[in-house]
Amino acid sequence: MEQVKSKTIRRKRRGGVRQWPLHLMLIPAIVSLFIFQYIPMGGVVIAFQKFIPAKGLFGNQKWIGFENFEFMFGLSKFWSLLRNTLFISTSKIILNLFMAVGASLLLNEIRISFIKRSVQTMIYLPHFISWVILGSIFQDILSPSSGIVNTVIKALGGEAVYFLGNEKIFPWTVILTDVWKNFGYNTIVYLAAISNIDPTLYEASAVDGAKRYQNIWHITLPELRSTIVLLSTLSLGSILNAGLEQILTMYNPSVYSTGDIIDTYVYRMAMQDAQYSLSTAVGLFKSFISMFLIIASYWMAHKFANYTIF
Amino acid sequence: MVQQKRIGERIFDVIIYTVMIIMAFSCILPFINVLSLSFSSKDAATAGRVGLWPVGFTILSYKYILRNSQFFSSLLVSLKRILIGVPYNMLMILFTAYPLSKSKQQFTGRQIYVWYIIFTMLFSGGLVPTYMVIREIGMMGTFWALIIPGGVLVWNIILMMNFFRSVPPSLEEAAFVDGAGYLRTLFSIYIPLSLPAMATIGLFTAVAQWNAWFDGLIYLSDPTTYPLSTYIYTVVNEASKALDGARISDPEEMRYLMTISDKTIRSAQVFLAALPILLVYPFLQKYFMTGIKLGGVKE
Repeated sequence: MEQVKSKTIRRKRRGGVRQWPLHLMLIPAIVSLFIFQYIPMGGVVIAFQKFIPAKGLFGNQKWIGFENFEFMFGLSKFWSLLRNTLFISTSKIILNLFMAVGASLLLNEIRISFIKRSVQTMIYLPHFISWVILGSIFQDILSPSSGIVNTVIKALGGEAVYFLGNEKIFPWTVILTDVWKNFGYNTIVYLAAISNIDPTLYEASAVDGAKRYQNIWHITLPELRSTIVLLSTLSLGSILNAGLEQILTMYNPSVYSTGDIIDTYVYRMAMQDAQYSLSTAVGLFKSFISMFLIIASYWMAHKFANYTIF
Repeated sequence: MVQQKRIGERIFDVIIYTVMIIMAFSCILPFINVLSLSFSSKDAATAGRVGLWPVGFTILSYKYILRNSQFFSSLLVSLKRILIGVPYNMLMILFTAYPLSKSKQQFTGRQIYVWYIIFTMLFSGGLVPTYMVIREIGMMGTFWALIIPGGVLVWNIILMMNFFRSVPPSLEEAAFVDGAGYLRTLFSIYIPLSLPAMATIGLFTAVAQWNAWFDGLIYLSDPTTYPLSTYIYTVVNEASKALDGARISDPEEMRYLMTISDKTIRSAQVFLAALPILLVYPFLQKYFMTGIKLGGVKE
């Protein structure tokens, strides 16, 4: 009894350091998030209105219920946006995964540390360059008339390829350039996981006379499985993000049929066509679905891999 | 037998080294190409003859940029953005991460704050409602629209919070015994111990501020107030404007434009815009391993 009492007293005293500074420190972020995140969340009412900007965000707007959504679901354009978004984002996720895992396995086999470090330096670089710059570079090097890539293709006797102008090829240009930009950076997590593998596994296999490619296949890759599963699960939450900044810098009207995604459409409807209500409705649809995907992905990551962020 | 094994191993090595070196070079060749283009003559550039080395070497594109006042005003906006934006981000990160790094026993109400902040990662109002809020509070068209709306970087707050948690609590308890409060412990214990983590996060936010362009595109209307990245977007998107803006009137201007092309000017601008990132990249690489470990995949 006495002991319990002294314990509670001690705890009280520790908690006795005044807490109000902690609350005070949080005020700027709380206020900022309230204005720039929570008020816009309330602003999604625009999707249920015939919104006229001059009347103000929470002004006396005309309510029209789900009319914008009915219109949206009736648009064949909407379904093509959804298809394009899902196709581009899932392809990016899958190919990035394959390339990153493959590159980490090969990097791990490079024994000369100077070469290994140089390769790493080079493959991480594109991740840090913005899509505005990369978009411009790709427009130059992929140009059918003056791009170096097509110069090479033509020199080899091929026909010029319209990487950014052909609607069949454009999504693949987007996917592959994204993989090019990010696979290197994505190897970091896998390389970290590889360095955590128990070295006795390799020692045991050496005793059994295993070859290096057998080690890769039977030890390294299986040991990476939990990391691969975890990262794939977490990427589920971003499956409706096909890459606004990338596509905005690379697309043009001739590839809208396959290259236009939800985010680019939301942007054009709002900023070019001033269709605020429709744009908000499409954006709300995306945010709403994404929310459930993110919750599901974190729930699964927590359940299966014991992953928590906070 | 042993000989055979060695040959097998060697072939395996050759294949791996070749594949990786090709992969590595493919990641930097586009940058070399854009650099060569920027130093090439108009004819070579438009004919697609420029590969990894300038053809018909000239620095006219760079001379042209020197006379382009838009480029410099945008450069200044970008620098201002980093000088103001990064400290603002860092203050927000420190002041938010520190209270949240306390346990819920230690900090009553922590869970409420955590959920308040996490929810902004799950759901967002989207483009138009955010745009309207910024318009109605009168931030539209001002420099502050680039700094304040996106100023609370939740992901970085989580990284910093995790780092603060790795600081031994006994240090803080000792400070409490000496009569320090939370504010004082933050500044005299946590911040000095977190300098490497802060450098990492600071460098990353600086790169993000330099690269950001979409906010400039939607919140600003006067091109002279665009940050460099947004300006580059308009150059790329409306490639012809760079030359239209030049108003070909005097003969000297005319001579310039005869010898340089859109493509070489654009390449020069793009290269200059990428240059700061290339320059800080060695530091970035040194630090981002720490960054990954901070945020790292926990198992």
